[in-house]
Amino acid sequence: MSETLLVLPALLLAGFGLAILLRRPAGAVGGPGFVERNGAVIAAYLVVAVGFWVLLMIVLPQLYMVDFSFRNNLPLPKQGGPEDVHTLKNYRYLLFGPEGSDQAFNWLHLKVFAKTIVASVLVTFFDFCLCYPIAYYIAQVARGGSSRLLFVCLLIPFWVNEILRAFAFRIIFGTSGVLNTVLIGMGILPPDAPIDFLRADVALYAGLSYAYVLMMVFPLYNAIESLDHNQIEAARDLGSPWWRIHWRVVMPHAKPGIASGCVMVFMLAAGALATPQILGGPSSLWFTQVIYDQFFQGANWPRGSAYAFVLLVSSIIFVMSAMRLFKVNLGDIAR
Amino acid sequence: MSANVELDHVTIRFADFTAVDDAHLRIEEGEFFSFLGPSGCGKTTILRTISGFLEPTEGSVRIGGRDMAGVGPNKRPTALIFQNLALFPLMSVADNIAFGLEVRGASRADRRRRADELLSLIALPNHGDKMVSALSGGQKQRVAIARALAVEPEVLLLDEPLSALDLRLRQHMRTELRTIQRRVGITFIYITHDQGEALTMSDRVAVMSNGVIQQVGSGPEVYNNPATAFVASFVGENNAFFGKVARAENGHAMLETSFGPLRGRNPKGLKPGEEAILFVRPEGLLLGAGNDANQFESEILANELEGSMVHVRLAGATPKAITVSLTNDGSAVAARPGARLKASFDPDRATILPKGPLADE
Repeated sequence: MSETLLVLPALLLAGFGLAILLRRPAGAVGGPGFVERNGAVIAAYLVVAVGFWVLLMIVLPQLYMVDFSFRNNLPLPKQGGPEDVHTLKNYRYLLFGPEGSDQAFNWLHLKVFAKTIVASVLVTFFDFCLCYPIAYYIAQVARGGSSRLLFVCLLIPFWVNEILRAFAFRIIFGTSGVLNTVLIGMGILPPDAPIDFLRADVALYAGLSYAYVLMMVFPLYNAIESLDHNQIEAARDLGSPWWRIHWRVVMPHAKPGIASGCVMVFMLAAGALATPQILGGPSSLWFTQVIYDQFFQGANWPRGSAYAFVLLVSSIIFVMSAMRLFKVNLGDIAR
Repeated sequence: MSANVELDHVTIRFADFTAVDDAHLRIEEGEFFSFLGPSGCGKTTILRTISGFLEPTEGSVRIGGRDMAGVGPNKRPTALIFQNLALFPLMSVADNIAFGLEVRGASRADRRRRADELLSLIALPNHGDKMVSALSGGQKQRVAIARALAVEPEVLLLDEPLSALDLRLRQHMRTELRTIQRRVGITFIYITHDQGEALTMSDRVAVMSNGVIQQVGSGPEVYNNPATAFVASFVGENNAFFGKVARAENGHAMLETSFGPLRGRNPKGLKPGEEAILFVRPEGLLLGAGNDANQFESEILANELEGSMVHVRLAGATPKAITVSLTNDGSAVAARPGARLKASFDPDRATILPKGPLADE
C-alpha cells in the first residue's frame, strides 16, 4: 500500500512536467490563455474534473492493479508481513503453469489467450465488412430523411440491455432455436440434425460483432461523410469501376476512421465478458473469463491482475503495430 | 479523336421541377461550346446529363452519333472537370493525372510517361511528385485539365472550372484553355455564368434561363442580335426602354415609351399595339441631341470614370439607371450630376424585342 501512495506525488510531478511542456512559449503570438478564455471558475472546474477522472478513476486503479499483479496471494493477516514481497510468479504462472506440472507451458491459458486475440481480430474484420457498406450508404448515398431513419434503426436495438441481447442470440442460434427451426422448416436441414451454432462459436462471433456495430459505424460514417462527393464522381467519370473507387479514393480518405473503428471494436471484443459467457460454446473460453475466474472463483486477485495486465498490454502492442503497418497516426484517430 | 454531341429534345425533371425543358441542339466536333446562364438555369444539369451522371427524363443524348441511354459515366467518351476540380488530395500530381490510365490497366512506366507528357503540355514539368496541396490555384486547375485529358476523351466537359480563381488568373486561364483546346482538337463543352468567359473562349454559346435554351449562336450574334429580352439583358450591359409599338415598317419600329417615341430595329416583326422593350447598349448611346428625332432627355445621376471608359448614369423609368459608356476622350467631363441633358442613338444600334422576363441584376 505504502508504495502505491508514493505514486501520487510522482504523478503530480509528471502532471507539472506536462504542464510546463505544453505551456505557451513566452512571447508567442496567440489568443488568450486557457484561464483567460474560460474564466477562473470554469477553468478550475475543467482541470479538477478532468484530473479527477483521469487520475482517480483510470490511472490510480490501473497502477494499483499493476502493483497487485507483482504480489503473492496472501490472506489478510499476512499482508504487510515478511512474505508480502514483489514477485513475478503470477506472470510465470500464465506462461508455465503451476510448478511441478508435467507440461512445459501453461497451454490451457495461453491457447485461450491466443484464441481471444485471433477471434477479436476476426470479429473486427467481420464488423468492418458489415459496417463499411452501411456507413458508406448513409454518408454518401442516402439523402436526408432516409439516412436519419437508418441511424435510428441502427440505434434502437442498443436500447436493449447487452445481456438481454446476448440471450436473444441464444434463442436465435440454439439447437431448437429460431434459425434451426427455419432451416429445418425450409427443408435445408434434416429434422433430426440441427446445427449446434453455439458449440461452433457462430453465435459468439455473431453476438460480439453485433454488439460493437455502432463502434464501427460511427467512426466510418464520420470519415466517409467528410469526403467530397465530387471525388467519387470524378473517379467514376475517369472510368473507374466501383471497387477501385473504394480502394483508391474512399478508403484512403477514410483510413483514420477505419483505424479508429477497428481499434475500438478490437479492444472491446478482446475485453468482452458477458457476451462470451452467454454465447460461448461449452468448450470455448474467452480470456476475460479466465481473468474473472482468477478473481472470483480462485480468489487469486494478484494472478487475475497479472492476467488482466497482460491482456491490456498485448492489446495495446497489437493495436500499435497494426497502426504502424497501415501507417496511421494516433493523432489521426482522434480527429 | 473528337466527337459531336447531339441533344435530341432533352427534358430533365426532378419530381415536379423541370430543370431542363426540351433542349435541342447539336455541338460540332472540335467545337468550343458554352452554356451560359445564371445559377439555377439548368446548365449544370445538362452537363451532368452529357457526362452520364443523370439520365434525361425525355429525349436522348448522342455522342458521336451513338445513343448514350444506359451508358454510365465511366463508359462514356467524355471527361468532366468539376467546379471544385475534385483532385485526389492523397495522391501525387502524377498519380492524379494517371488515375484514368491506372483504371485502364496501363503499366506503371506507361502511366509515368503519359503523366510527364501531359505535365509538359500544361507547362508544369517536374511537378509530378508533388502533392496536390502543394500547388497553387492555377496549377491545380491545369492538373485537373491534364487528368481529364489523360483518358483521351472525345468530349471534355468543364463545369465552371475557373470560378474559384481570382480575376487576373481567370483571364489568363481563358486564353490557356482556348490554346489547349486548339492543340488537342477535341470538343469542349463549357458551363459558365460569366458572359465574359463564354464570349471570349467559345465558338458558339447557348444562353439558358429557367431550363430553356433562349438562343444559340456565336458570341457576336448573341451580343449584337439577341433573340429574347432575357438574352439582351443577360449578355453584356443593356439599357431597356419599355413601351408599346406605335408604328412598324421596313424592319424598323417605333416604340412609345415614357421618354417619348424611340425607334429601333424590329427583328421579330412586332405589330403596332404589342408590348415591347427597346434595348440599346451603353456604347450605342451618345450624349447630346442627334441629327434625327431618336433622342430623349434625362437627369445625370453619376459620372464614373473607369480608365479608358467613362460611364454616365442617367435617371431611367425604372430604378435601374440608364448607362451611357463613352470613350474617355475628355468630352464627358462636362457631364455634371444633377444637370439634365439629351441623349440619342442610331436606330440601327437598338433592338426592339417582345416583352419578356429580364435577367436579375
